[in-house]
Amino acid sequence: MSVLAKKLLGIAVGVVIVGVLIGLYIATWATSFPQSVAAISTRKVAGFSGTQLTLQTVASIGPKYSPSHPDWVSYLVLDHGKWVHSTVFSVPANSLVHVTVYQFDGDSGLRNPFLSQVQGTTTGTVTIDGKPTRGIDPEEASHTFAVPQLGLFIPLPGVPEEAKNQCEFAPCTTSEAHRTITFAFRTGKKGRYRWQCFVPCAAGWIFGQGGPMQTLGYMDGFLNVV
Amino acid sequence: MAVEPGHVEPAHAPPEPNHARRFGAIWIVASLIATPLVVLLVGPIMPPGNGSEQASGHVTDNTVLIGMATPVLLLVLIYLIYSTIYFRQPKGGALEGPAIRGNARIQTTWIVITSLLVLSLAAYGTVRLLEDGAGSGAGPNPVAVPSGAKLPVQVIAQEWAFTYRYPTYGGVETTHLVLPVNQMVELHVTSLDVIHSFWAYQLGVKADANPNTDNIVFVRPTKRESVQIRCAELCGLWHGYMFDTGHIVSPAAFGVWIAEQQKRFASGAKYLPKYATKYIPEPLRRGE
Repeated sequence: MSVLAKKLLGIAVGVVIVGVLIGLYIATWATSFPQSVAAISTRKVAGFSGTQLTLQTVASIGPKYSPSHPDWVSYLVLDHGKWVHSTVFSVPANSLVHVTVYQFDGDSGLRNPFLSQVQGTTTGTVTIDGKPTRGIDPEEASHTFAVPQLGLFIPLPGVPEEAKNQCEFAPCTTSEAHRTITFAFRTGKKGRYRWQCFVPCAAGWIFGQGGPMQTLGYMDGFLNVV
Repeated sequence: MAVEPGHVEPAHAPPEPNHARRFGAIWIVASLIATPLVVLLVGPIMPPGNGSEQASGHVTDNTVLIGMATPVLLLVLIYLIYSTIYFRQPKGGALEGPAIRGNARIQTTWIVITSLLVLSLAAYGTVRLLEDGAGSGAGPNPVAVPSGAKLPVQVIAQEWAFTYRYPTYGGVETTHLVLPVNQMVELHVTSLDVIHSFWAYQLGVKADANPNTDNIVFVRPTKRESVQIRCAELCGLWHGYMFDTGHIVSPAAFGVWIAEQQKRFASGAKYLPKYATKYIPEPLRRGE
């Protein structure tokens, strides 16, 4: 084999290897999802039908859950008594889902005030710190839990700035300043539904819409109706 | 057509037929048969259907385009097939064909015909746009404004959903688009954050949703149906999920629906900004 042929073969092999590595990287990125956490049956915990999904929202996810982005705002989900950094939830089709959100972040305000109104719950209301309401002041919104395909829009009010004992980073505990939001909604047919926060809550990013708002696993995810 | 010096015709070669005349005849006959067939058979199923006057106009436009394109397509295809049959390399050796040095008549004809095609289509498109905007965003000051009463509806794009405001019904905002059939609608398309594009396929409507901009579209729905709505501008992580289903209903059903929306969102109406054709939303606290 001539020197030129050897060089060409080497280049060809190199190109193929780099191409395969790039392909593997893209495939891994495109198919990587946070682990799906299933809502638990409420028969076991409350004596009535349906499932329970327990979430918390934090201003900073912290190094324990996200070493690369410890200061990003995020949701977490309770899985068998432990807080897990995931935004992919599984709930049964055609069923009642009870949701509790422990909200530890301060307010940011909604870009579209309309989305501060509750939509899609079984009662048309949410319960905030024990009080039912049909909506909140959009200026007081910290986040939302919204599943547009299911018509579900839940505003989450922020913890007042002056509140003492604010949580620094996840996992936060209910001994720290927080708001408790509960609601229930009915799922429909099986499918994968996107959910997201509509508050531009990504601190430091243009219009508050970058970083954790544009990355699966922080302020948005999937609701797998199975 | 110039012939290379020294080129010698083979002895006893049969007389060459007039290829140009023969090819032209085949092309004209094929075009006369195929063009009406394409227009009559394919035209009615051209997108986007007849969900609105503007969508029907698109069907007509697409039919005109395909009707004009059919003879051009046939010209290319027939020439390819004709050449393959009559100008193929004979078996038994490579024969150099005569060199062609240009043909002013063919070149001129080609330039004139294609120029006429393009210019006539440009004129046709301009006329269609001037009629009613053809379902496209015409900016804040449309040149063509249809006469008669119009129902103003605002389309508000945001990452990642469309919401809608009805200024003649107290500025009520909704998460779904519902329009009355046979009513000219004046859509005001805007965005609260990045650039989106409001695409209501069955209505033949597509308009950019730009922040701080009022992009006006006119559309008259003509069919009671569901309408697919999508964002047609790559706008971030959930662009692919920025879709919705709108509904075209009877005027009576629309009246009932809009009254329900006003009642449903009455308690939150105080939080909505006064209706405006564009918004510069606050706050930007975290993004600043």
